[in-house]
Amino acid sequence: MTFLIQQTLIYAVPLMIVALAGVFAERSGIINLALEGIMIFGAFAGVLFVNLTQKAGTFAEAKAAGDWVTLQGFMILAMVVAAVLGALFSLLLSFASVNLKADQTIGGTALNLLAPALVLFFIRIIANQNTLQMAEGDSASWFMIKKSFFGYGRNDEMGFFGSTFIDKTYLATYICIILFVVLSILLYKTRFGLRLRSCGENPQAADSLGINVYKMRYAGTTISGALAGMGGFVYALTTANCASTGDVAGFGFLALAVMIFGNWKPLNIAGSALIFGLFKCIAASYSSIDINGDGIFLLKELGISPHFYRMLPYLITLIVLAFTSKKSRAPKAEGIPYDKGQR
Amino acid sequence: MRIMEAENIIEMLHITKEFPGIIANDDITLQLRRGEIHALLGENGAGKSTLMSVLFGLYQPEAGEIRKNGEVVRIKNPNDATALGIGMVHQHFKLVDVFTVLENIILGAETTKLGFLQKKEARKKVEALSEKYGLKVDLDAKVEDITVGMQQRVEILKMLYRDNEILIFDEPTAVLTPQEIDELMATMKEFAKEGKSILFISHKLNEIMAVADRVTVLRKGKYIGTVDTKDTDKQSLSNMMVGRPVQLQVEKEPAKPGEAVLEVEHLCVPSKSHKRDAVHDVSFTARAGEILCIAGIDGNGQSELVYGLTGLEKCSEGKVTLCGHDISHASIHHRGGDMSHIPEDRHKHGLVLDFTLEQNMVLQRFREPRFQNMGFIKQGEVRKYAETLIEQYDVRSGQGPVTIARSMSGGNQQKAIIAREIDREKPLIVAVQPTRGLDVGAIEYIHKQLVAERDKGKAVLLVSLELDEVMSLSDRILVMYEGEIVGELDPKTTTVQELGLYMAGAKRMGKDGEGA
Repeated sequence: MTFLIQQTLIYAVPLMIVALAGVFAERSGIINLALEGIMIFGAFAGVLFVNLTQKAGTFAEAKAAGDWVTLQGFMILAMVVAAVLGALFSLLLSFASVNLKADQTIGGTALNLLAPALVLFFIRIIANQNTLQMAEGDSASWFMIKKSFFGYGRNDEMGFFGSTFIDKTYLATYICIILFVVLSILLYKTRFGLRLRSCGENPQAADSLGINVYKMRYAGTTISGALAGMGGFVYALTTANCASTGDVAGFGFLALAVMIFGNWKPLNIAGSALIFGLFKCIAASYSSIDINGDGIFLLKELGISPHFYRMLPYLITLIVLAFTSKKSRAPKAEGIPYDKGQR
Repeated sequence: MRIMEAENIIEMLHITKEFPGIIANDDITLQLRRGEIHALLGENGAGKSTLMSVLFGLYQPEAGEIRKNGEVVRIKNPNDATALGIGMVHQHFKLVDVFTVLENIILGAETTKLGFLQKKEARKKVEALSEKYGLKVDLDAKVEDITVGMQQRVEILKMLYRDNEILIFDEPTAVLTPQEIDELMATMKEFAKEGKSILFISHKLNEIMAVADRVTVLRKGKYIGTVDTKDTDKQSLSNMMVGRPVQLQVEKEPAKPGEAVLEVEHLCVPSKSHKRDAVHDVSFTARAGEILCIAGIDGNGQSELVYGLTGLEKCSEGKVTLCGHDISHASIHHRGGDMSHIPEDRHKHGLVLDFTLEQNMVLQRFREPRFQNMGFIKQGEVRKYAETLIEQYDVRSGQGPVTIARSMSGGNQQKAIIAREIDREKPLIVAVQPTRGLDVGAIEYIHKQLVAERDKGKAVLLVSLELDEVMSLSDRILVMYEGEIVGELDPKTTTVQELGLYMAGAKRMGKDGEGA
């Protein structure tokens, strides 16, 4: 179970946080199709930050001394960098859709095309290859939490809880979960959240009550960009060994699907992200040896082509959306540029 | 005392507001006294809503100034208006459907602690207001689930919650039943008694005469005059509004119903949004030479009934017979053979907006040999035909037959549809809200056309939400409530009040037409 839960969380959390990114944009009335692009950009920004800082030797001492608390701080810093650059990148979308009143679907698609091209271009310049990696070591040795930090020996047992949720996990996962909860509360329990949601449903009403729709939409999209950028880096950190390749395996689009499946509501999104995470986990690890009796090896025994399992998360997305998208209720005014003059 | 207080609380002086190509407000002056109900009267496009939007800060005027209590104020946005105590109930409610009533009321004026909403205090205040003025609302219901009347009460509570003392009502009665209108009038008078000042936009003369102290009349963006309601009457007000003597009553001979043209038996039409049928077990007969009117509050199945008759939607049960043929499952094209349809939504079902006027005029007829040869449209014939219709029905447009339909005014779009449908000379005319959004002059014209068609021996099935129209135009009234026909009334013997009771579901007849 331990392995299955850990792996599922690793896939589910970036999906969850990026789907919430989508919610913030869409609840404010902007369709953010650019989640994928922003993730790619955020992942690149975070990895580049890690790479450059390592080269500068800033945290070399802490690493040598095994000061894991400092290293976690380093990781949080990288997450912040990814978030800030994701937010900046998303301003392109806000500007196009709020100020220029452009078609948001096209704007988002443009960003999705721009991001991988731009990122690959930079990677080629910086690293002279197609992948930007950490300057030294790997993400596990630098950033993973291990039981040894808490004085446990190599052969000591931490118990089920400890070995599942503490040993060999990333702090980033939990930061994302906490952020998810905090932002969901922000969306539903605060003045800001109420006003943001009103802009996605009926901007004319919001405007007539003195709420600045443009500002709210900028706020929603910027939060969305920050979360997606951070989600991209977390994805790279936890599943791609902290490397940036100009690709996040369609996670941005999966997150959109999760958002729609979750009906734009945080709780449902958390649930559906876990389901998708589970399938993604199966896809990634079905062929691994049976690490601790998860039963995944049974899937291998079935003798179905491995390609099928890799397709599974995407296939499920297709099927689930085909059946649920009709019932789901998107924010009413999303995708419609708000024009003060029109009534 | 009363005279002492009769100073102007709001003055709008020489307001001019231009939009590209049109002067919506041309040097208009409006003075609102404290504690009065002041009506603003004018046809569609006269500039009433624009003037109110200027007062509410939605538009900036090019010229003129606004004074409150004698002092010049600048109202740049709705926040400024709210700060000055000006509140507005918009014609199209500005409510967020998925929010609760309480959330809608506090939105924009929330009480918070550290950014968190404090709904309890707000709830107490709203409950007190709702109690005081008898404005019953369910604070925890979602707006999309409550009736239009309650939605309006929510809008009123929104203004009261913000302690506004100048209340603007933009065509508030258009969506209400007669009983709800009476309640609203009483509430407005109550507000005025308390010293609140009310601006009441309307083009319904009855209501203005009943509730307003003074009336300001606008016509085509210009200020015509301000009069006391006690010194005037409906006829002179309507003459001021239109600029020529208008015939308020529809003149018509008693109907001479002939044989049945349309027979509907136990018709059911499924609803798109609910499990229940939108139209349930409806039976009636429309005869040649009569105007049969389906009355009811919007959303009680009238639209779906028409969809079922015209084929826009499939009927689940029942039988529809038109001129002796069973058309229950016939295609729209086939049904069009004996039926003209003036649809409810002229943009969605009436016109192809990006086609020219002449193309729209032959939308159902281009297959006729007169307009095509071997599948090629005879452009010359189409042009000639369109020109005749334009001439005959006085459809005004920028470039005649080649005008793009989208660029025409709503009234002329409607006239184009009416010309096309009436000229097809079919035994049944289905007209759904044919005068919606039109001004008095156009309404007068359309009513005359419908009566003329009736006199030619056609059956007219009229669906209308306007009570005045129902009462004056129809020969027989069927009332729909929640998808069923709950009453059949004779306009000559019934009253608006009785009709209202049926429309609101408070009264219904048995299936056989007996009172129950």
